[in-house]
Amino acid sequence: MSREFILGRVRSALGRKTGQVVPPPPPVWLLDTDWTLEEKLASFKEKLERLAGVVHMADSPENAREIVASLISGKTAVVSNATLLAELGITRLPGVTAAGQDSEQSRKLCAECSFGITGAAFALAQTGTLVMRANSQEARLVSLLPPLHVAVVRKEQLIVDLDELLTKIPKPVEDSSSMVLITGPSRTGDIEQILVRGVHGPGVVHVVFL
Amino acid sequence: MSIETTLQDSKLQLAIYTATGRLMDHRANAISPELLPRYQEMRQHAHDLKKHTIENLDHYMEEFEKNVIAHGGKVVFCKDATEVSDFILRLAKERGAHLFVKSKSMTSEEIDLNERMEHHGLEPVETDLGEYIIQLAHQKPYHIVAPALHMTRYQVADLFTEKLGVPREEVIEEQTMIARRVLREKFLAADIGITGANFLVADSGAVVVVENEGNARLTSSAPKIHIAVAGMEKLIPRAQDLAVMLGLLGRSATGQALTSYTSILSGPKRPGEVDGPEEFYVVLLDAGRTKLLEDPEKRESLYCIRCGACLNHCPVYRKIGGHNYPWVYSGPIGKILAPQFKGLMADPWLPFASSLCGVCAEVCPVKIDIPKVLLQLRSEITEEKQRTNQDGLERFAFKAFAWAMRRPWIYEWGGMMGAGLLGNGPRWISELPLSPGPVKAWLSQRHLPAPAVRSFREQWRARRTK
Repeated sequence: MSREFILGRVRSALGRKTGQVVPPPPPVWLLDTDWTLEEKLASFKEKLERLAGVVHMADSPENAREIVASLISGKTAVVSNATLLAELGITRLPGVTAAGQDSEQSRKLCAECSFGITGAAFALAQTGTLVMRANSQEARLVSLLPPLHVAVVRKEQLIVDLDELLTKIPKPVEDSSSMVLITGPSRTGDIEQILVRGVHGPGVVHVVFL
Repeated sequence: MSIETTLQDSKLQLAIYTATGRLMDHRANAISPELLPRYQEMRQHAHDLKKHTIENLDHYMEEFEKNVIAHGGKVVFCKDATEVSDFILRLAKERGAHLFVKSKSMTSEEIDLNERMEHHGLEPVETDLGEYIIQLAHQKPYHIVAPALHMTRYQVADLFTEKLGVPREEVIEEQTMIARRVLREKFLAADIGITGANFLVADSGAVVVVENEGNARLTSSAPKIHIAVAGMEKLIPRAQDLAVMLGLLGRSATGQALTSYTSILSGPKRPGEVDGPEEFYVVLLDAGRTKLLEDPEKRESLYCIRCGACLNHCPVYRKIGGHNYPWVYSGPIGKILAPQFKGLMADPWLPFASSLCGVCAEVCPVKIDIPKVLLQLRSEITEEKQRTNQDGLERFAFKAFAWAMRRPWIYEWGGMMGAGLLGNGPRWISELPLSPGPVKAWLSQRHLPAPAVRSFREQWRARRTK
């Protein structure tokens, strides 16, 4: 194994001894920005729309369900196991199937359906970002394989920015194998720098605030 | 393709100029004082963070390993390219794996991982659109963040028809959808996914991958096994440091405050999670990095976060493009990395191919003083040439110069001869059959000033005798 060899070389190159105490790193630098809910909503909407995402405001749980239903209208959708989505009755909409807990089953659904419907752990106002954490409620592939992604998010989950997220969650992968920040649709500019959306992930992202 | 053919290809010149120019604009806008008043402080902070991490790298490597293991993953220390491919081949054999999906990783380009895997009968498929095109064309990336920057839609159309057997398609949106269809099948069938890493987070055992297409998310989530291949200099101490580092990376590379997707990953799927890989490995690669660490002056080369801003702004890169550099890393950062990784004398001309204008240092988000390192490399190369007597002609010229300078009569005689020749006018010189091409072209546009009637030494003597 090269482990000891490499660590030994690193130490001798740096003139350090095994287990030598490390001076403190530069202090963590996270800003604390205070925005009202209105400011956060306005900023999120502006930033996501600039990336061709769509933001909807629901004034009631029924309204949220109606918005999602009208988006799906006749197409197939896989819905994550998020409690919020079940509570809203989205799992019972026509054409909708729950991802469930079985990895293979969930993957198959995600590969076939037009829509993936999820919740989100947080939404970042300053960049129009959805924060997804993998767990029993949210499968990784629901927000990734289907060509359209709809996220239903409570307004209380809206925070200012990455600084606030990392202040709230200093260790993002402590109790989940994956935290993904989604900022707008999948995009590429690899051929002649022409922007094309939906190259591998969803080409359309809807966020419904409740 | 040589430097000359690159310069003569006007379409390619325009492509490089437009692409890099657009990236420059995006960056300038994203870091403007109105949008990011703390930009300069962020750069300094990022510099200090990288400096601290690199100077205590063994500690952070161990902390990282401890946390990856705590999350059920494994860290594989590899001292060179062979150890990486050996590890991957062994794992592939044990798991009966054949098809690999890969997301863009400069580190794997650096060690020719695809070629090594193909050589042993494995099938690695690049899934970033630009990298996929490059792989089909059997080329190297043209740019750190835009690998197929040099190719036109027509070349892509030819390539797809030839390699994929699809009807010719010249519309970029359609070409992208062809790639989506072909690669989607690969994602769902792949046995193992290989990603790079933009950052490795010591306090979390996390691999951070930044992208826009979603191919890195698929690569790390769809197959049963995820391997991240990363140089050990990618470490940062804490997940909380990501706020500054991600903010600088996206803005410097493409002008994005955050790219479409940022994945922070550690370990295989945990109990209760619906999907995700069942095995998780991080390859920590040395391959020359410990050698760089030995030099306290030049080790700042390892602070690089591969944003590509120095390429976009470099007057040399913008003319000669990415394929005229001898290694996978091109532009200013390539000029300081290649000699230190591949050996000083592998391409001794490289650090000299710079005007030292300094724009690379000015735009670097982690404040690497690239011109300073270039000068150090130049001086080392010159010393090496002297030591090995490779500087014959140069040394002869300087010896002859020194000899002449110590003898005023030689100097004066030379001056008179020169003035006599030039006195006849520069046209005469430019028409000499001996004038080499570039000098001839230069002289055909310019007139040399006529030499003074009396030289400085003559005038000085006249004054003294008065």
